[in-house]
Amino acid sequence: MTIEVRNLVKKFGSFAALDGVDLKVDNGELLALLGPSGSGKTTLLRIIAGLDWPDSGEVSFNGEDALAQGARERHVGFVFQHYALFRHMTVFENVAFGLRVQPRAVRKDEATIRARVKELLDLVQLDWLADRYPSQLSGGQRQRIALARALAIEPRILLLDEPFGALDAKVRKELRRWLRSLHHEINVTSIFVTHDQEEALEVANRVVVMDKGRIEQIGSPDDVYETPATAFVHGFIGESIELPVQVDGGVIRLGDRPLQLTAEGLVPGASKLFVRRHDMLVGPPGTGAFEGAVQHVRNFGPVQRAEVALSGGETIEIDAPRDKELRAGDTIGLNPRRYRIFAG
Amino acid sequence: MTMQIADTVSLQASDAKARAHAAAARDNLRTEPRAVRIAIITLAIMFLTVFVVLPLVVVFAQAFSRGILAYLAALAEPEAMAAIKLTLIVAAISVGLNLVFGLVAAWAIAKFEFRGKTFLITLIDLPFSVSPVISGLVFVLLFGAQGYFGNWLRDHDIQILFAVPGIALATTFVTFPFVARALIPLMQEQGTQEEEAAISLGASGLQTFFRVTLPNIKWGVLYGVLLCNARAMGEFGAVSVVSGHIRGETNTMPLLVEILYNEYQFVAAFAIASLLAMLALITLIAKTVLERHLDEGEDASDH
Repeated sequence: MTIEVRNLVKKFGSFAALDGVDLKVDNGELLALLGPSGSGKTTLLRIIAGLDWPDSGEVSFNGEDALAQGARERHVGFVFQHYALFRHMTVFENVAFGLRVQPRAVRKDEATIRARVKELLDLVQLDWLADRYPSQLSGGQRQRIALARALAIEPRILLLDEPFGALDAKVRKELRRWLRSLHHEINVTSIFVTHDQEEALEVANRVVVMDKGRIEQIGSPDDVYETPATAFVHGFIGESIELPVQVDGGVIRLGDRPLQLTAEGLVPGASKLFVRRHDMLVGPPGTGAFEGAVQHVRNFGPVQRAEVALSGGETIEIDAPRDKELRAGDTIGLNPRRYRIFAG
Repeated sequence: MTMQIADTVSLQASDAKARAHAAAARDNLRTEPRAVRIAIITLAIMFLTVFVVLPLVVVFAQAFSRGILAYLAALAEPEAMAAIKLTLIVAAISVGLNLVFGLVAAWAIAKFEFRGKTFLITLIDLPFSVSPVISGLVFVLLFGAQGYFGNWLRDHDIQILFAVPGIALATTFVTFPFVARALIPLMQEQGTQEEEAAISLGASGLQTFFRVTLPNIKWGVLYGVLLCNARAMGEFGAVSVVSGHIRGETNTMPLLVEILYNEYQFVAAFAIASLLAMLALITLIAKTVLERHLDEGEDASDH
């Protein structure tokens, strides 16, 4: 199933949750909608599911107008951040719900339903919990049941709203890997919403980065990390150093100091320089584009994180390998291995 | 060596004493002195005895003052039977109507956002803040002979005032808030996600209501119905205004109690009063049980 979204606009009062969104999702993709809260990602997901309606724009599934159908007819599996399991039903009945509410004409007989539910509980590896109630399960178990319930109707599309948002870090990591292998197994077109960049980069085939109701960049996890399209994406994904610079006459200046960086092809004016923390190479003073004094050093496993006061007055944090120990008080030179400059 | 041991022992002893002292001091900090506690509890029990237990006992003592036969005979009087029957009919009508209204109102308020929602919530509480007598008078103004619809009703030979419809209307009005009030916070807390999940799984509106919404609020519904019923059967003021006090026809149990009492038929008056008192006791017990279920429901949803 392919999904196509065209020029979607949705306003809540004067706040534009979606401000002209275009998106194409290919068949069998596992797509992540990534963005800070309020970026419109959940609204987009809910509109695709039919739980919300846009003010204008189009949504189509396989070229068919999806907005002509209600949530009930769209055949979309939806997994909620807070699970939304039916609290008065057992796990078994939760998963069976979608099969039991089918119109009489197409409803399967009881034996078929039981077999199908059993199969789904096996798929999420929780068949031993069939007779429990949702309140007796852990968060991770609830979310897997919610997923099994959504899959019961053999959805054409699977939508997951912050599926791991309410879980603790360890369970989250396990479920991420599990979701990826599950997607590989069932291969249904899936979109999941997250504000966690690590989650998006690890799980998805493609990542859509959103901010303020607009799409900032669509690309593979590598694309959005290595070649961010906008200042927002660079700042949002990965740990970045951000410095305000001035581009004029082929020179980049930080404050009043010219930097030894090439300004080729840049638009003159106020700009932002972005460097990944680990792309700042440490050298002796006097070498490199920047110079600064180390303020603090903390060790994080394989890297040391140093707070450096640049000679212009700005303070930045860098991640350096631990082969050469930095000490507070050292004066060092810094040279960005890679950097990007965005106008504005 | 011996000295040292002795020292340690005495140290330990004084240590223990000091600790006990500290514990007592802590207790005093944490709670009121014993005397104050006893005084407060005694006061509360005395108050309850005088204002709650004593009246209850008096009702039953008076009802049975001439023996059980007189009690049963008083209840078997046609007038008494008519009052009991009328009370049950009126309660059934108003509880039934308020169950539907309450569910619809709570559903609308808890699950949808719309303009004027706060106003609607205030409106639902109106019957609680208006004196029941005024509530009754409103219906006299509307349906009485001199009322807005009086002529039209007389022309079409429809009797509302001084008949069952009037009593049912007044009772329904007075008891309207119970079901809605019990359900609104419950449904607001539960949110709309389960319903959204049901619809995205292909359930129709009715299926969603009967399979998801209703089971989730069933204890709240029962709770509201229980309180609504208790008030409907016990309502005096509003009913008194619209009933007309026609003996054997439009007297509900509370109205009959007053009439009999004014006629010095104490056994009969208190016999009927004892039924109302029993209704109150049963309501109380059922309420306690339901509240436990409601709490459990909250625990279960607490994830």
